[in-house]
Amino acid sequence: MWKRDEAVRPASGQPTAPQPPAPSIPGTPGPRPDASQHMEKDIVNIGKSVVIKGELNGSEDLTIEGHVEGTIQLRDHVLTIGPNGRIKAQVFAKSVIVLGEVTGNVTASDKVDIRDNGSVDGDIISPRVAIAEGAHFRGSVDMQRKATPAPSQPKTPQATAQPQGQSSTQGSQQPQPARA
Amino acid sequence: MGLLDRLGPRRSEPEERPGRPTTAAAEDPVFATKALRKFLSSLTAHESPVLLDLGPVVGSNVSFFGEQLGCKIFVEDIFADIDRHVRGGKLEQLPAFLKQRFPQVTNTVDGILCWDLIDYLDKASAAELANELTRVLRPDGALLGFFGTAQAQVQNYTKYIISDEMTLKHRPYPSARGRQATLLNRDIIRLFSGLRVSDSFLLQNNLREILFRKPA
Repeated sequence: MWKRDEAVRPASGQPTAPQPPAPSIPGTPGPRPDASQHMEKDIVNIGKSVVIKGELNGSEDLTIEGHVEGTIQLRDHVLTIGPNGRIKAQVFAKSVIVLGEVTGNVTASDKVDIRDNGSVDGDIISPRVAIAEGAHFRGSVDMQRKATPAPSQPKTPQATAQPQGQSSTQGSQQPQPARA
Repeated sequence: MGLLDRLGPRRSEPEERPGRPTTAAAEDPVFATKALRKFLSSLTAHESPVLLDLGPVVGSNVSFFGEQLGCKIFVEDIFADIDRHVRGGKLEQLPAFLKQRFPQVTNTVDGILCWDLIDYLDKASAAELANELTRVLRPDGALLGFFGTAQAQVQNYTKYIISDEMTLKHRPYPSARGRQATLLNRDIIRLFSGLRVSDSFLLQNNLREILFRKPA
């Protein structure tokens, strides 16, 4: 269902080991067997013909060009909604870059970046938010409340994150740099 | 730390600016503002103030209010709603639409950026909008409105981009219909009868800036 994004990989030499052919999906070219599997940072691409309904979890950067409905959780990684991406989901990630359309709340521990022609209908919780000229946004932006990494994360005694929607306690969760 | 310190020049993060740079940004005319500073002062009197912006989303404004003032910002682009009703031929439904438009709970918003929205509304729509804004505004909350004084028809909307607390960039962009009315001061005061006028300024560019406060 996912494919390795070859466009972001540098040119590599000869393959180090033969690999079995990977299954391909319509609209997404199959992966090229090479040494790139040893790269430190992988980027996965969901092609524009792919439709996913349900919960999407991952531990690597992800680019979505298809349709996703449900929940997306990339706790420590970058989620990119490509120009063809159509998301109707609650999104949790380290950083979220939007070039397509997102309907749903977006929570990022680092940054939300809505690029030109990107669209977000929903509430954003992130310490940094960038909205380009030409982007569409409707909803609220909360840059002070600490972003909850994922709703299913077990809480540790040190955890300060609160469940979503408890806005009345937002002032006590994180020091506000602007008021220091 | 004083207000001026908190509203100081924003740190530059050129490498993080999204999208391509717009040439329009360099050409936007810059105008002084007198009421914005007072509006900001009213916001900073609250902890984590809630701000309602009735204009189109402006990324730098969101950063300004979010990062520097710690606001929670609701962006509700009423100008887009007007255009949608105009293009759909449903302008007669606009007052009823505005009456249901705002999901915010009564008395929960600390500040409202109304910009020059009222000038683009018919009388009935403006009345419904003013009622709703008065409802959601918290006691002692502030509403900043701009009102034109010139009779000339204006066919564009304007994005107001905050340069600093004393200056705004005015960036025109197309609208489906032009400005509808030039209100007299008494009409404006009647319109927001639930609020009191805190400050009023007539600028050299023929824009009236009025800062309303909701009685505590």
